[in-house]
Amino acid sequence: MATSTPFPYLTVLVLVPAIGAVLVAVIPRHAVAAWFHEALGVAVTVVTLCVAAVVAFKFKAGYGGFQLVSDHMWAKDLGIHWSLGIDGISLFLVLLTAVLFPLTILGARARRDPRSFVGWLLLLEAACMGSFVSLDLVLFFLFFELTLVPAYFLIGGWGYARRGYAAIKFFVYTFAGSAFLLVGILAVAFIHQSQTGVLTFELPALMHTHFSGSEGVLLFLAFTAAFAVKAPIFPFHTWSPDAYAEAPTAGSVLMVAVMAKLGTYGIIRFDLNLFPQASRTLAPLLLTLAVIGIVYGALVACAQRDLKRLLAYSSLAQIGFIALGTFALNSQGLSGGVLQMVNHGLVIATLFILVGWIYERRATWQVSSLKGLQAPAPVLAGIFTVAMMASIGVPGLNGFVGEFLILIGTFVAHRWWAVVATGGVIVAAVYLLWGYQQVFHGEPTAEDAKTRDLSWNERLIVAPLIILIVLLGVFPKPLLDRITPSVNQLVVHVDQVTNTRIPAGLEPRPVAAATPRHAPSLAIATPRPPADPGSGTAAPTGRTP
Amino acid sequence: MPTLYLLATSPATPTIHTPHVDYLSILPMLIMLGGALFLMVVSSLFRKILSVRTGTLVASAVSIAALVAALFQWHQVSTHGAQVTIAGAIAFDGFDVFIQIVVAIAMLLTALIGDGYLRREGVEGPEFHVLAMASASGAMMMGAANDLIVIFLGLEIMSIALYVLAAFNHKRAESGEAALKYFVLGAFSSAVFVYGIALVYGATGSSNLPQIADYLSRNVIASNGVLLAGLALLLVGFGFKIAAVPFHMWSPDVYEGSPSPVAGFMAAVAKAGAFAALLRVFVSSFGTVRADWQPIIWALAVLSLLVGAVVALMQRDVKRMMAYSSINHVGFILLGVEAATARGVSASLYYVFTYMFLVIGSFAVITVMARDGDTGNQISDYRGLARRQPLVALAFAVLLLGQAGAPFTTGFLAKFGVVSAAVDTHGYVLAVVAMVSAAIAAFFYLRLAVTMYSPVGLVGNAADGGGEGGASAVAGAVGGDGAVSNLQVLTDAPPTEAVTERGLVTVPGLTALAIGVSVAFTLVFGIFPGPILDFAHQATLLFT
Repeated sequence: MATSTPFPYLTVLVLVPAIGAVLVAVIPRHAVAAWFHEALGVAVTVVTLCVAAVVAFKFKAGYGGFQLVSDHMWAKDLGIHWSLGIDGISLFLVLLTAVLFPLTILGARARRDPRSFVGWLLLLEAACMGSFVSLDLVLFFLFFELTLVPAYFLIGGWGYARRGYAAIKFFVYTFAGSAFLLVGILAVAFIHQSQTGVLTFELPALMHTHFSGSEGVLLFLAFTAAFAVKAPIFPFHTWSPDAYAEAPTAGSVLMVAVMAKLGTYGIIRFDLNLFPQASRTLAPLLLTLAVIGIVYGALVACAQRDLKRLLAYSSLAQIGFIALGTFALNSQGLSGGVLQMVNHGLVIATLFILVGWIYERRATWQVSSLKGLQAPAPVLAGIFTVAMMASIGVPGLNGFVGEFLILIGTFVAHRWWAVVATGGVIVAAVYLLWGYQQVFHGEPTAEDAKTRDLSWNERLIVAPLIILIVLLGVFPKPLLDRITPSVNQLVVHVDQVTNTRIPAGLEPRPVAAATPRHAPSLAIATPRPPADPGSGTAAPTGRTP
Repeated sequence: MPTLYLLATSPATPTIHTPHVDYLSILPMLIMLGGALFLMVVSSLFRKILSVRTGTLVASAVSIAALVAALFQWHQVSTHGAQVTIAGAIAFDGFDVFIQIVVAIAMLLTALIGDGYLRREGVEGPEFHVLAMASASGAMMMGAANDLIVIFLGLEIMSIALYVLAAFNHKRAESGEAALKYFVLGAFSSAVFVYGIALVYGATGSSNLPQIADYLSRNVIASNGVLLAGLALLLVGFGFKIAAVPFHMWSPDVYEGSPSPVAGFMAAVAKAGAFAALLRVFVSSFGTVRADWQPIIWALAVLSLLVGAVVALMQRDVKRMMAYSSINHVGFILLGVEAATARGVSASLYYVFTYMFLVIGSFAVITVMARDGDTGNQISDYRGLARRQPLVALAFAVLLLGQAGAPFTTGFLAKFGVVSAAVDTHGYVLAVVAMVSAAIAAFFYLRLAVTMYSPVGLVGNAADGGGEGGASAVAGAVGGDGAVSNLQVLTDAPPTEAVTERGLVTVPGLTALAIGVSVAFTLVFGIFPGPILDFAHQATLLFT
């Protein structure tokens, strides 16, 4: 365990939105002004953002272990600890969560009953924060499950036409996945207990449990079932287009940008740490699923006539990239995966917010009934273009950095998967540009011509997202400086357990400079010496429109 | 047998040696039974029918006295350790005291809820409380029993009072039907149970639980058909009482027909008593032959988990839904029995304790919602409750989430405990089945919760949509869309004028208190689980 801090920042980070949710629930509607609950929601999320900023400030770069750890016994008889900690892998997901919630409350307001809406959103924020900072497996599971309840109510209560169906499908799929996770967690703890005599669910202790080959594989599958459904990874994705499309804008934004990351985060944090051997054994399977997800998601997205569904399938492809980087099981791939989680969160949140605004103006997401919005709404079109380009992975915007690292990492470890995945990148450009052309280009009809451009309020809401998209595109170093040490520590752990021979001089080490231009220098820890990263980079740079 | 022996050897002085009675070991039970008799006698002394309030007052006072006595017992047991008293017929251990405490609290809550119900329904007299207290004393006896015969005594005391309670609202025809069904099946299961006792006695030579355990640990029975038949019959008897599938047929009808407070009492107290006896008999006496009965319990658990969850999905009546959901809960508690370890017993006890609050609280809300004559029990009657009475809706939502096993409620830890007990004994399949059934079950709890939180009809929804729409041009369209989809999506019957027009339900103060206590328990000990977990753990450690 790392040193514990005198002030429990992470506990506060979880409790502030939770207390906010309780406040929203207990302050009756009639006692205060109509705007009060939304204002309270914004205030609470902004306070959470400030706490997250303090956490980021306190976070020591260059150190790979868990920081700001707080550890208290919670349920002694069951061996559950209130154990929170943060490292480079979770830090930016926490910040992403903290940034997106206030913007969502402001930018995607409820059509009715804003009080309950804000209450559920705050509960969701608490649950997401808790999931990202939990070091105790049961505590993680608690928060992981807790996200379901507000998400279910958000879809079911404020969604669109087929919301009931979507909410149920979402709930049943994810809960069924979690069933395996809980059993897996318990099995891990009891196996650990049989080896050491201590019943604990804390990750740092359980990391050193030894599993036999089949045990490891089965447990890995049990854990991955839950995470693959949550992410979702092909073929467990069938709930996601319905849920993302029928959810209210705020629900879509947060489910795709934050909750989906719980799945990929869970894989990195728990699968790789607990079952390194099984992760390596089954990596080809997961890589294959990831690549299928990338190609399938991109192709199906091409066929969508509904903007929200298009974005839903594009997310399937993007999550595929994150999984691809993860199971490259090397420093670049994993760093890229972690970075891509943040990048994808920012980009997809922007896109969903914008699409929500288009719906507010035109009451449709059908590509066919929108045309030439560029002329009446140039600012909307411009911002959409930036976010879209970032999603395609144009250099200079944040999407590029993550995808590039992922492809390098995968290329050196599993060349052919990277080659196929690169094809998915090209198709991604196709469907997004097609969609963009149909909606924004052309001659607007009379109705299209009346579409209002973004108001100043709306511009201010997306401004932080666009700034981050550009900033992380040109200067990702602060992120990588913090992500890479943690990732390297994880890679070393995996390699040690699986006894992979690391060639001398190629051990993972902190990344010095990480701007996109110099990115090929990141090719470290390569098992195959002359891999020639140049050929891997040809694709990402060659698909600029 | 010592008594018979004495009679045979000294014919000249035919004295019967009564065993020394340690009154402390059965104090809560005596208080409960004494309270029932006292109330009955007092009521017959007056010409005027005793008011409901008086009955409530006496029953509450008696329950609190029993609770205090049980807490005193707890002190005694934790300082002096577990012991066996009254000629080995009563076990005075942590497990026993735990059940006494659970039953006493359940009785207290039921007395409070019954008060409002009886006044609303215009049922006079103290009989409700008398019968409930008698039944509670039977459940307490089952918790304390250390002999199969005493278990049977407790079972009968508990059940016979419950048969009458089920028929209590004589104005409802369903109530009588429910009672008849319950009585016939209950009497049948009791007969099976007694036959089981006889066979076990035949196989082991004793009806005393420690002696049976002792016999089974010393002897290997070459052909143990009689013992196995006895075990099976005992299980059938217990299966009826706890309503495990396939012995559950009576429970939905009985829950639906009985007065709602009685249904809650039945679900909490009858299960607590029956599970106490089941755990004691199977885990401690028949622990050595667990390989023989574990597969049966395994099958009962799987069936209860799945049938309970799946059939509950299809219910339109809240009480029937709760009946099937309680079958699902029985499946969960059986996980702890199946594990047959200290962890399993402790998890089952914790489950019984927390479920008691959840189910009594839920039935309290159902009691309130049912209005005059127990009519408004359809799921559609709950639509829009959140708007009319937000506190009632919030309380019910918490209780439902607790039953669903939502994080940071006692329900989660209860499920976690039994599932971990199953995993601990490598029951991975059982654990996964349990979790999948929890997923199915969570769905119908949430559906009810969403129903409470969805708007009543077209009018309210359209107005809302219009008010909150972002852009003025499409606000109408958005609102309209929401209203139409509301009709299409929600699976229940479309809102009728009657539903829209239904007024507020009145929540009597005492019922509100009971609901409040249940909700507070569920949340507070869900967030700070230490004390109750510790309590259940201690109770298991002090197992004889």
